[in-house]
Amino acid sequence: MARKFLSGNEAFAYGVRLARPQVISAYPITPQTIVVEKLSEFVEDGSLKSEFVHVESEHSALSCAMGASSTGARAFTATSSQGLLYMAECLPYAAGGRFPVVMMNANRSTALPWNIYGDQRDSLSQLDSGWIQAYAENAQEALDLALMSFYIAEHKKVSTPFMANLDGFVLTHTYEVVDVPDAEQADEFLPSFETDNKMSLSNPKNLGFSAGPDTNTYFKYKEHTGLLNVREVVKEAEIRFEKIFGRHYSGLTESYKTDDADYILITLGSISGLVREIVDRLRENGERVGLLRIRYMRPFPNEEIARAVRNAKAVAVLEKDISFGNEGTVYTNVNSALQKAGINIPAANYIGGLGGKNISPQEIENIFEELKQEETAVRFLGIGVR
Amino acid sequence: MAVTAKTLDETEFFYGHKACAGCGGSLAVRIALKVLGENAIAVLPAGCMSAVGFNYPQLCFGNNAIISTFAGTASMLTGVQAGLKAQGITDFHAVGFAGDGGTADIGLQALSGAIDRNDDILYICYDNEAYMNTGIQKSSLTPFGARTTTTPAGKNIHGNLRQKKNMFEIVAAHGIPYAATASVGYLNDFMRKVEKAKSIKGTKYIHILAPCPTGWGVKTDETVEIAKEVVDCGLWYLAEYENGSFTLNHEPKEFSDVSDYLRKQSRFRHLTDEDIEIIRKSRDAKWEFIKKNFK
Repeated sequence: MARKFLSGNEAFAYGVRLARPQVISAYPITPQTIVVEKLSEFVEDGSLKSEFVHVESEHSALSCAMGASSTGARAFTATSSQGLLYMAECLPYAAGGRFPVVMMNANRSTALPWNIYGDQRDSLSQLDSGWIQAYAENAQEALDLALMSFYIAEHKKVSTPFMANLDGFVLTHTYEVVDVPDAEQADEFLPSFETDNKMSLSNPKNLGFSAGPDTNTYFKYKEHTGLLNVREVVKEAEIRFEKIFGRHYSGLTESYKTDDADYILITLGSISGLVREIVDRLRENGERVGLLRIRYMRPFPNEEIARAVRNAKAVAVLEKDISFGNEGTVYTNVNSALQKAGINIPAANYIGGLGGKNISPQEIENIFEELKQEETAVRFLGIGVR
Repeated sequence: MAVTAKTLDETEFFYGHKACAGCGGSLAVRIALKVLGENAIAVLPAGCMSAVGFNYPQLCFGNNAIISTFAGTASMLTGVQAGLKAQGITDFHAVGFAGDGGTADIGLQALSGAIDRNDDILYICYDNEAYMNTGIQKSSLTPFGARTTTTPAGKNIHGNLRQKKNMFEIVAAHGIPYAATASVGYLNDFMRKVEKAKSIKGTKYIHILAPCPTGWGVKTDETVEIAKEVVDCGLWYLAEYENGSFTLNHEPKEFSDVSDYLRKQSRFRHLTDEDIEIIRKSRDAKWEFIKKNFK
């Protein structure tokens, strides 16, 4: 193990190197670019043996990764924002084809207006594409997620593509001290990619076919089941990971001081670090508050959320997203989890951080203060409207 | 030994599909796969050949084959060859079969990228001169004057107003290792070109004119004949591009009548003598260019 001072992007690239993808398709887009730059350096210096393909677009990046995966090769690509939307056609294609491609997405606002800074509207708009979606909080988790994503995606019970999300700039470009595992340990953790879902010369197959009304639902049900299986495979991967690397992860969500909390703020991604600090500060004043961080948006942690908030008086969802004409998408999903579990408590939605707008500690304190009013409402942070 | 009709592999790799009677595209795919053999890995985008060959559970390719996205024939081929190469597998032929829309319109960017990278793939465009799978709409390879369902022939507009895009020279302009034109009317020439492409490393492109009786308005037993005639009247040509230069493979001593070729097809039946004169003139200009620039 080595300790390095790395940005989120670099940490993820180190994690990808440990996973030894056989094919990498690369196309630049801010704020993801550093990932493919770093990987090209690893290929150049010989520390990563990989077919490095300079594709001419994001659509081709994912199409190429699918092609590689369809021959049984481990494949990686990375994108962000407009790039993710440009390759959108390939997202359900990869999921339906059950090609366990791993992709890093640097969360960034989507045009118009143009904006290169971080919010989560890009990935959350693609929630229904059939991909596993995870959100890292810090650079260490980014590296660890890179390694785990291949294990989870390629697992025989899953065989589903994996989108690992890092908040643009706040996480992708922020430097932290990161433990970089040894290659031997990584090899012990991550088996080589084995699949029957491939074209091989000894056993020719026709893949990517049409399935009409009679059979289509069977394929879609299998796809759904594969994604649901991620729940147990994440557990398995994290136990294995902790045994080898000594770092613990808590599955689809992470609860922080929720057990006796009256008011819980639910969020995802890098903002969780700040919320944790505010929770500690308010706890010092005797306030019973907690944080529930969503680590995986797909599969969605319905049970985990219900368990964590069961005794709360009210919850709020803070997200860098808005589904125009309705509310934040994370909020919609959380409400569905509460309703299914029969939990009838007020739930508020705070839309913040759009286009990289800073979310201040004071604003988070205010959310906890407002939560005491136990209202169900959708509010935008920091623009002076109620 | 050169592959001919006599020495061609009897194994069928594209069999039991539901292409229309007389389909030129399916003939091109069938013959190319026979020449490439069982280690061909075919990538086909959304289009006629994937629509007729991949209907679960009736899957018609004897070799490995996969449908790509419409725009993604070349990029998926890139991934297939990179994936196999990374696994140390070298005895394969990654081959794409895309129609004119899938190649010259929506798939052109990905194709250009693959040629630029010189990926070791063979890309075959079966050109039936319109979006036939969706029911005969204009593509950028639809010839001047042709009636399609989006270029209707009426009193004011006589079908398609644009000339056919020059894919062969666009591809050649990339400095591709090998490019060729072909026609299902001259299958020996096509087979020779596929065989040649098989032995060349890097990107190869073959553009084969493959009539669609349904879309062209000819009888189903006239496919091969009309594909011969388009070459004989000079509206299509058989050529190759290699080592930076063009070679003409077949020079008709004198052209057969353009209007005979056009009048046989219901897609051109509305053309006036003036329209046909425009087509004849553009043919002559093309051949002037060919004679000047092709060996």
